[in-house]
Amino acid sequence: MSAVLELDRLSLSFGGLRALSDLDLQVGEREVVSVIGPNGAGKTTVFNVITGVYEPSAGDVRFSAQSGSAESIAGRPPHAIARLGVARTFQTLRLFMNMSVLENVMTATYGGTKAMPWESVLRLPRARREEREARALAEDALSFFGQRLAGYRWDQPAYSLSYANRRRLEIARALATKPKLLLLDEPAAGMNPAETHEVTELIGRLADERGVAILVIEHDMHVVSGCSDRVVALDHGVKIAEGSFDAVSNHPAVVEAYMGRHPEDLAGAE
Amino acid sequence: MSVDPQGPKVGADEWVARQAHRREYLPSWLGDAQRRAERIGWWPRLAIAGLAGLALPLLGLGGFQLQVGIDALVIALLAVGLNIVVGWAGLLDLGYVAFFGFGAYGYALLSSSQLGANGIHLPYWLSLPIVMIGAALLGLAVGLPSRRLLGDYLAIVTLFLGEAFVEFTNNVAPSKLGGPNGITGIDPIQAFGVQLLTNTSYFYLLVIVLVVTMAVLRLLEYSRTGRAWRAVREDPLAAAAMTIPVNRVKLSAFACAAMVAALAGTIFAAQQASVFPTDFDTPILILIYAGLILGGTGSIAGAATGALVVMVIYDGLLRSPAEASLLFYGLGLLTLLVKLRPWRRLAAVLGATIALGFAAHAIAAAISSSAVATGPQSSGWLGDGLRDWVIVPANPQTAGNVGFVVLVCLAITLVQVKGRWRTILLVPTIYLAAFVWETRLVVEPSITRQLMIGAILIVMMIARPQGLLGQRRVEVAT
Repeated sequence: MSAVLELDRLSLSFGGLRALSDLDLQVGEREVVSVIGPNGAGKTTVFNVITGVYEPSAGDVRFSAQSGSAESIAGRPPHAIARLGVARTFQTLRLFMNMSVLENVMTATYGGTKAMPWESVLRLPRARREEREARALAEDALSFFGQRLAGYRWDQPAYSLSYANRRRLEIARALATKPKLLLLDEPAAGMNPAETHEVTELIGRLADERGVAILVIEHDMHVVSGCSDRVVALDHGVKIAEGSFDAVSNHPAVVEAYMGRHPEDLAGAE
Repeated sequence: MSVDPQGPKVGADEWVARQAHRREYLPSWLGDAQRRAERIGWWPRLAIAGLAGLALPLLGLGGFQLQVGIDALVIALLAVGLNIVVGWAGLLDLGYVAFFGFGAYGYALLSSSQLGANGIHLPYWLSLPIVMIGAALLGLAVGLPSRRLLGDYLAIVTLFLGEAFVEFTNNVAPSKLGGPNGITGIDPIQAFGVQLLTNTSYFYLLVIVLVVTMAVLRLLEYSRTGRAWRAVREDPLAAAAMTIPVNRVKLSAFACAAMVAALAGTIFAAQQASVFPTDFDTPILILIYAGLILGGTGSIAGAATGALVVMVIYDGLLRSPAEASLLFYGLGLLTLLVKLRPWRRLAAVLGATIALGFAAHAIAAAISSSAVATGPQSSGWLGDGLRDWVIVPANPQTAGNVGFVVLVCLAITLVQVKGRWRTILLVPTIYLAAFVWETRLVVEPSITRQLMIGAILIVMMIARPQGLLGQRRVEVAT
């Protein structure tokens, strides 16, 4: 399987603080990879480096927009990376709150369209066609969530949505950039058990129906076990385990990172 | 995912949305009328407003009224342009008036005897594109260093650039730019053998230009570009993650706003036939912002309406003492009517204020005739009505100054106290406000105008923070 995303000995330091050290990670086509780890492990930082918010101090990020044509995207501006096909959602929701639901999604088609302002004003053919396509793409992305983001909500401002629906809208907005790789930052945070279950199904459907590779940060182990092809565990910016959910969840280093060392071991170490 | 066959359930979010939506409308039949007006598309509404504007001179506006109208339309055009950069892109640009000045000076140089032996006298169809493209380039140049500045920093840097324009025109190349004496003898607008010579023709031109600009911007607002501008306002980081080149989008907002400002500048210069550095100083900037905020930041119709309202009040009504007084007492009464509840409290305050006035006047007159020597300085029936109510002593200036300071202290106290004491203290405050108005403010239009605009904005902020036609917005802390 060819890798869509490849992190090669990726490191990031803020002054003396090493947020990420020599991180290797691959995400294959249509693969769902979960990133777990305790708070402050550097999970969101990985996303920020991949999407160009931070520039890595060392190492490389390679992304292949078409299979077999990997190119380095480290240090490119965020919008350029997004145009290549890397879309993300945010842990703290970052919607365009005062724009309508439909507009939120249509905004993400900016990179895929080319009409200049005067073309939009004069309603020239290219602008009209792109606008039609953008709307169709947005409606398609929203329809992925069935009744949850159904038609009557399209013209409401995003701030009127419930928390769960805001999370869904962020995913719809990310889909409208036509991504090859989708980075989901805690998609189930703040959701009730039923909605959490829905998120698990949703991640599987995204990979199957939309053909995107998914890298997901999640704290809810039901979601992680339900959706992941592979799990990567981080602690203090270092990869401590990788493999199937069962293998990683029973890995001693992971147990230690979450629970601390067993008292008897500590006593033995003295 | 399970799809609910009965359609979506009404959840808390839905309820909140409906409530918020309902609160946007006025109560009773006014709300119905509002809803019906909204069902009309945007362009018929704009066309109706434009036709109404074109019909105005037919009512026989005098020279002064026509000049007020022209000034108001110029400011409205500027406010609509400012809305691009402030309302949509969310960049607090305080140097905007420099682009207005650039347009005016650019037109002045291209249409006068200022440059060369015989001067340059370009037709408008040639000078307008030159000036607008120049302004767009200037907008890019100003935007380039400013694009990484956020919030307060952007505001202060652009304010500096705006002031730099005034200094530039004042001091650089006096033989060409005229220094403080400005450029005079500017040609009227001429194109295709037509010359615009009368104020009426400029009024018509401005109405048409304003309507066309508003239509263009409305088409832009809901296009790819407009959405990108607003997305950058809402959340630059998310916008960048959604394929939007944030810096380039900010620059395009600067350039578009600069072009609208320059367009307004050319018409302003041609109509005045002269330009001076002081025409493009901070007071104009404040008026543009006041109009934009009053009308509703982010709304095209709001920006235009707000600017027209501010300018008609500021330039028209507040120039003549009689109309200024009507506005003062009218707004004061309206505020009391709207804000004082229940009606018993309102009646008590009004009754007590009237009684206090007549009593105070009678006592003052009994003690010394010089205490009421000067009548109220409002003219007409209003002045007659107030003659035995408000005290205006022999030396109104000094009394007014003292009264003003006391009024400010009283107003501050009024805000601090609560409940019954506030109601009681309101009575002398209103009376003192009338006293200060009659002794001092009504004859000082230059000061009064500023105070009134400030007061109107404060009332607006309390009553309808989103502005006349603006949409309520939520601010999200990031």
